[in-house]
Amino acid sequence: MVGSYLLAQVTDWLASGRNLFLAIHVLGVACFAYIVARRLVPLLRAERDPRWDRPLARLSKVCKFWLGQWKHPRYKTAGTLHILIFAGFILLATRAFTVLIVGVSENFVMPGLSGEAGHIYNIITDYAATVVFLCMVVAVIRRLIFKPGRYEVPERFGKTHKADAVFLLALIAILMVADSLFAAAKAAGQSQQGQPVEFLAVLSLPWLLQVALASASLPTLGNVYFGAYLLHEITFYFLLCYRPFGIQFHVETSLFNVYFAKLERGTLKPVKWGVSDERLDQVKSFGVKTYEDFTWKHMLDFYSCADCGRCSDNCPANAVGRPLSPRFIGIKARDYAYQHYPMFGRSGNGKALIGNIYSEDEIWSCTTCGACEEECPLLVEYIDKIVDLRRGMVDDGNVPQSLQKPLKALESRGNPYGKMEKKRADWANAKEFQQVCPVKTVGKGDSADLLYFVDSITSYDDRMQSIGRTTARILDHLGENFGILGAAEKDSGHEVRRFGEETLFAALRDHNAGAIKASGAKRIVTADPHAFNALKHDYKDIPPVQHISQVIASEVKAGKIKFNALENKTNVYTYHDPCYLGRHNQVYDDPRDVLDAIPGLKRVEMTRSKDRSFCCGGGGLMLFYEPKEEERMGVKRVQMAVNAGANVIVTACPFCMVNIEDAIKVAGLEGKMSAIDLAELVDQQIAREEPQAA
Amino acid sequence: MEILVCARRVPDTSENEIELNSAGNDIEHDELVYSINEADNYAVEEALQIVARVGGNVTVVTVGGEGDEEVLRREMAMGANHGVLITDDAFSGSDGRGIATILKAFVQKGNYDLILTGVQAEAGGAQVGGMLSALLDYPFASLVNSIEVLDGRKLKISREIEGGNKELHEIDLPCVLSIQTGINEPRYVGMRGIRAVASVPIPTFSASELALDPSVVGEAAAKVKRVDYFVPALGKGAEMLHGNREENVDRVLELVAAKGGLK
Repeated sequence: MVGSYLLAQVTDWLASGRNLFLAIHVLGVACFAYIVARRLVPLLRAERDPRWDRPLARLSKVCKFWLGQWKHPRYKTAGTLHILIFAGFILLATRAFTVLIVGVSENFVMPGLSGEAGHIYNIITDYAATVVFLCMVVAVIRRLIFKPGRYEVPERFGKTHKADAVFLLALIAILMVADSLFAAAKAAGQSQQGQPVEFLAVLSLPWLLQVALASASLPTLGNVYFGAYLLHEITFYFLLCYRPFGIQFHVETSLFNVYFAKLERGTLKPVKWGVSDERLDQVKSFGVKTYEDFTWKHMLDFYSCADCGRCSDNCPANAVGRPLSPRFIGIKARDYAYQHYPMFGRSGNGKALIGNIYSEDEIWSCTTCGACEEECPLLVEYIDKIVDLRRGMVDDGNVPQSLQKPLKALESRGNPYGKMEKKRADWANAKEFQQVCPVKTVGKGDSADLLYFVDSITSYDDRMQSIGRTTARILDHLGENFGILGAAEKDSGHEVRRFGEETLFAALRDHNAGAIKASGAKRIVTADPHAFNALKHDYKDIPPVQHISQVIASEVKAGKIKFNALENKTNVYTYHDPCYLGRHNQVYDDPRDVLDAIPGLKRVEMTRSKDRSFCCGGGGLMLFYEPKEEERMGVKRVQMAVNAGANVIVTACPFCMVNIEDAIKVAGLEGKMSAIDLAELVDQQIAREEPQAA
Repeated sequence: MEILVCARRVPDTSENEIELNSAGNDIEHDELVYSINEADNYAVEEALQIVARVGGNVTVVTVGGEGDEEVLRREMAMGANHGVLITDDAFSGSDGRGIATILKAFVQKGNYDLILTGVQAEAGGAQVGGMLSALLDYPFASLVNSIEVLDGRKLKISREIEGGNKELHEIDLPCVLSIQTGINEPRYVGMRGIRAVASVPIPTFSASELALDPSVVGEAAAKVKRVDYFVPALGKGAEMLHGNREENVDRVLELVAAKGGLK
């Protein structure tokens, strides 16, 4: 009799608060719905961005990057913490909802979690809550004591975000404690009354609290139970409604941000989705000038940024003290959105972003190397935003003087140097070279199966012409029927497009595409990763394109290229991944395989290699831009090669060669460090005669 | 303020390899690409900035042929309200004074408060601005590198003096100013901007429409004639320093000091 009375008591402990709990539920859900609706307002005014295609590809991204937390282990401590917290949240979601419902319907059991399954789930989540709680403790300690540098906010970007971060961590910790206390008080009460006790996982937070509460009186336990419920409910809804104001909104938005993430690497968004190239001239304004010119997905990116600082930690522009920090491209836009789309009252009208929240130099500082995007656990896009902001500046005539001349030259001469078109093939037509390696110019009666797209820098720059000649000699050695476009080739326009000059790019692309098609070539090869990326992703309906390193690698594998052993065996080589070969096109192994096939070549890796390669300073028009910086990216890169113990840097891009050779001089390492292009090295080592049998 | 900018199309020195023709009295014009004379572009930008501050219109005028429409369109794409082409067979071969005479006739048809020219054309003699002001009996200032509009039809301008010094003047409107490069940062004009003004009609004026006596312009009236054009023989080459870095730095300092570059 007594037992049943007390049993009723335990389950009735919440009964007196039922109306209060229900009111908090309604209020919490209503507030959250209102806040989310207000947050959606700018997204509804944003530019269109069709991301509803290819659901399977998107779901697999969700599995890998959201559920699988793919990027997180790249930062070991923070990544491990995040994986644990994320897993805890996923596991605890059902438990949290069950607890919430219990307040208004005390006997509620989540379908599927009655009986044995429920007990197992409870044990797992006891530990999950404990782990999340401990992670919060560690995270707060990191924020307050160890202070990882990437969380710092440079003065020019405002105040530190530390207080907000710690506050949010504390709230989660409180939520875990409340949840555990709720289970502990119930178990302690059941135990005191000799009822079947829900088994609490040994040494978990609920278990410890149960031990602590073991001797508490029943009414005290009742109050603790009630209080824990209330604390849990209020904290839950407070967090839910507070997150959309701070750095934790990604808890809600990340799933959508990853699902709608960009699917194609190396590509750029069009000026306006749904507007064909032919109708582009009718578009009134190009690019992003006001906040509303961003697409809705880009706004979702701003909401989703977790302020983890990994983008800027990897950004070469940030590393050399340029005014750009990708993290704050997002944070500043989010602050702007929160300010101009407030919770109450009218939303502000579009103010120009450049000059207000972004500076011109900040936006021109980006080399579009992609290190930020490679690192972002939430797949936030940066390059498209930078390019859209540049398109806006170009449209307003707001282009640095140093870039205006090369752009004008690209318009009138098809190359940024203003050199004569008829001299574009001079590198190949020099008599001495034609005798060793005849290079056809296709189009005038001559045809070729393989087109070598040379691009401007290799055509005109005295130093880089060597890359052109060695590439031609390799193709010649392979017996390829190849040719070049000569004067009919114009700049690929890769950087023209990435610097926001879409109209000029389209003119260059149309010209080249026409010349390529007229050449009748079946395949294209280039030794310039920028041209490679342009032809592969920015051009349409042209033959397939390969980078010369891919061609060499497959011919090495097929045994058609054999190498002589290196004469100098003391050299230590390291391979520098060009951004547009590596990160943007995932060609990491081919150049390394080629190097490893050269007998006697000793190769080391720099710490920052492959997808974490450090941009050497940027290509194309970036060579003309005069950035505000403390140091050159190339100098930092050369230093990394020194630290790796190398004395020869191999790269596979003419722009990398410009930057690295300059940097070697600036760093005072002439004679101690040298740079060579993969094509040059291959041409030098290729065994042109069959090796004699020993 | 109604502003007239006199502009000229020139072979772009940074995008051409200038070669002499076989007669040796002019450059080879085949395969040249042209652009607006750089200083004139700064003048147009300055005019646009003045108009943005105080209101008014910018008209860009050039004396030339059909091909010169290209630069007018570029300046209209920058924001100039009107482009005007003055063209007549009778004008060909005009010297600086001839061009100034033609421009004077055009200026008198309108009502301009301020006339800007580039400080000089890349292939010219820095004559037209001064001559135009004299023919119009307007005040003139050359090498102007800043303009401020004052009340009461006056401008405050600064001029660049040898050695980088500046002097400030007040000048009455209407006046003629020749504009120094570096006075501003001209805005960028791309293909898109030019296409947007591609179909805007450009009015043309002939000698008779400007009531100009053909005998005072053109080759026959020119009193300055080019008789030769040549590339000067190369002087002594650069001196290469062959020491290590520290030695080279010391040597460079020595050389610069010896030439009076360091005080």
